[in-house]
Amino acid sequence: MIDLIWLLLFVSGLVTAALTGKIGAVSQAVLGGAASGVELAIGLISVIAFWLGIMNIAEKAGLVQVLARLLKPVGRFLYPSVPEDHPAMGSILANMSANILGLGNAATPLGLKAMQELQTLNEDKETASDAMCTLLAINTASICLIPTTVIAVRMQYGSAHPTSIVGTTFVATAIGTAAAIILDRLFRRLSKRRR
Amino acid sequence: MQAFITAVSEWMLPLLIAGILVAGLVRKVPIYNTFVDGAKSGFGTSIRLIPHLVAMMVAVQVFRASGAMDLLMQGLSPVLHWLHIPPEVAPMGLLRPITNMGSLALMADIFKVHGPDSWIGQLASTMQAASDTTLYVVTVYFGSVGIRKMRYALKVGLLADLASVLGSLVAVYLLLGPMPHA
Repeated sequence: MIDLIWLLLFVSGLVTAALTGKIGAVSQAVLGGAASGVELAIGLISVIAFWLGIMNIAEKAGLVQVLARLLKPVGRFLYPSVPEDHPAMGSILANMSANILGLGNAATPLGLKAMQELQTLNEDKETASDAMCTLLAINTASICLIPTTVIAVRMQYGSAHPTSIVGTTFVATAIGTAAAIILDRLFRRLSKRRR
Repeated sequence: MQAFITAVSEWMLPLLIAGILVAGLVRKVPIYNTFVDGAKSGFGTSIRLIPHLVAMMVAVQVFRASGAMDLLMQGLSPVLHWLHIPPEVAPMGLLRPITNMGSLALMADIFKVHGPDSWIGQLASTMQAASDTTLYVVTVYFGSVGIRKMRYALKVGLLADLASVLGSLVAVYLLLGPMPHA
């Protein structure tokens, strides 16, 4: 998939440039693009280093566990098919908490753990269960408190207010997550009716 | 609502940092050394992004400089107009569910052209932050336990991405008002 996208960007660019006589601009774009890629990555170091430091403290202080406990009622509502004291619920809530705190590195392994636990509850091992689909929906549109990378890139391009997008991101992710939950419920009901 | 969003923007980061430091102190975590330990990996994490960002920035800039991006935006404009999505961010919305680095490169490109604090720049920032790479999540999560039939999961993920794009628009409208005419 990624191969196709990358190729498509290049090929469509080259063909358009050849047809419109802008082929000179392409060489410039190649060199300029490579340079900005390196600059961008270097510029990310400051914010990412700081944030990883802060997040290490959050992790060691057990904030994921604290938040997971607070989210328990939410878990019961979202995953009615998962018994409350099953290990799957623990992993699901920990994954959700890590996502909210912006602990991307911790969220993925926790999500995969939740997936394995859900597989033990799954009757048909090759078909996704309801709870698995919900887990996916929540993970693709996750509530986010601090969008670290975006803030870092904004700083790099000389933004006067790099954190001005925290509020809009919070609202946007809340809308996206609500939509994901509603869509998940809707499709679940539709798939039940079809059977 | 506008005041609320602005307040969230201003308070969230400082409050979160303060809260985490206090929590660390209460739980008797050696906060300074823990911070330094975590921050150490920041360098490696950023450096590992270089090849991905070079690959994507080059492709995106070729795509834009050649005029192909303008063609795409023109082709999509009826749909976009109907959804009130500014054409400048449409390629980002398309790439966001597929490749994180691709949409990040497009966002940086928008910053370069319009500036990060412009209306479009803030919208692009919000869109990048508001969603995860659905295709990656679906592949990794289902792949890890050998699920073949993913039922409606991909459909829900992609529709939720569209909802995140529209949600970003709503949020930016609420905070900054409608797009100013350039």
